Amino acid sequence: MNPIFNQGTSPAHRLILVLFCSAALIFFDHKMASFETARGYLQSLVSPLQYMANAPKQMMTWAAENIVIRQQLMKENQAFRENELFFHEQGMQLSMVRQENERLRSLLSSPVRDEIKKMFAEILSVDSDPYSHQVVINRGANDGVYEGQPVLDEKGIVGQILHVGVSSSRVILISDISHAIPVRIQRNGIRLIASGSGQIDRLIHNFVPHSADIKEGDLLVTSGLGGKYPEGYPVSRVVFVRTDESREFATIYSKPVAQIDRLRYMLLLSKEESNKQSTSPSVNDANSAKSIKAIAGKS
Amino acid sequence: MFSNNGFIILLTLLIALMASITPMPLSVDAFRPDWVLIVLVYWCLALPNKVNIITAWVMGFILDVLLGSVLGVHACAMALSVYIVVVNFQKIRNFSVWQQALIIGVLSAQYHLVVFWLQRFLSDVVFLPNYLYPVLTTIVLWPWVFLLLRRVRRHFRIK
Repeated sequence: MNPIFNQGTSPAHRLILVLFCSAALIFFDHKMASFETARGYLQSLVSPLQYMANAPKQMMTWAAENIVIRQQLMKENQAFRENELFFHEQGMQLSMVRQENERLRSLLSSPVRDEIKKMFAEILSVDSDPYSHQVVINRGANDGVYEGQPVLDEKGIVGQILHVGVSSSRVILISDISHAIPVRIQRNGIRLIASGSGQIDRLIHNFVPHSADIKEGDLLVTSGLGGKYPEGYPVSRVVFVRTDESREFATIYSKPVAQIDRLRYMLLLSKEESNKQSTSPSVNDANSAKSIKAIAGKS
Repeated sequence: MFSNNGFIILLTLLIALMASITPMPLSVDAFRPDWVLIVLVYWCLALPNKVNIITAWVMGFILDVLLGSVLGVHACAMALSVYIVVVNFQKIRNFSVWQQALIIGVLSAQYHLVVFWLQRFLSDVVFLPNYLYPVLTTIVLWPWVFLLLRRVRRHFRIK
């Protein structure tokens, strides 16, 4: 150890080198998006770390799940049975309605909707960076996950797949500041864009005219425009509407229906056959939102 | 870096990386200390010939991949903070542990502000005061990490 006399390059030179490297990385990663494939590899490289970091929590939940009293289990079982009966009844009704719907659609010669394939995923780790809202799940390219795949929990849309690794992948949440999702109001079909605000319980709707018929409590569902999210899944509920005539547009906030801060199990939806087709035309919902913003900004 | 039990340094850094991504409840998560920064600063003070700016940058880069931020953001901030330590390590070494803790607080604040500034530059994030909560926990944590890592260094005779 010889701390008095510096050997090799001086710290200042190293700093300059390193700052130059980061500037180049930031430029290529953010502006050119040229690291998409490399990111996949890096994601798979660090996934052991993520699995290890998740191990203590998993052990805790394992212990908590194993140490339950019998009565509790019986009670739960009872509840599940009742639920199953209930859902079974609904399912019977649904299959009839579906058949009827398909028949009507074929009568109208509009295309019959495809069955959506679903995949189950568990959350692996939560991003601790406050500037972006992302989570990591335990499914990757090996399970057929692809970029842009919609993710939902039992209540509604959670987000979409951002980077795919071999055995884990990263989900960007709808509340992330760089994310936007096309929605429509379930009550009257008005189309909006829900952009993330960076706050977990708020989505912002920009460029909505004052005359639009929106009330607090309206449910917003995916509109299926943009081609990324399938149509009709609940996204958020309007919590704040202000039509201040002195402003150009109405101020509208909504709260995600999915419990984004309490995620554990999630569903990935995938289109049965046309994976490739569906990913290419809708490169990015955020992009389309940006272009809409740009258009609206000009007018 | 690997001579004289140098792999222990790598091990502590890996543990720090894991600690910075373990899932936590949302209320505690805002107070998560900068584990990687603390450990890096300790090794920079103790063994500046082994751990330097390049190490810090690589750690920041791995953190970028783990956190899913734009590559280079955390790397840049980490390198800047560690640069200050590397240049002044002989002064900082002579301070008492609590004085050091305050300096680490300033470094941590700088780290978070650089990260925020870069993110602000890339996307329109807004500043919330709770982005600086980790500074408090980092200050509190420093003496303990310092004592622990010193013991580790002496026990394994890392030179």
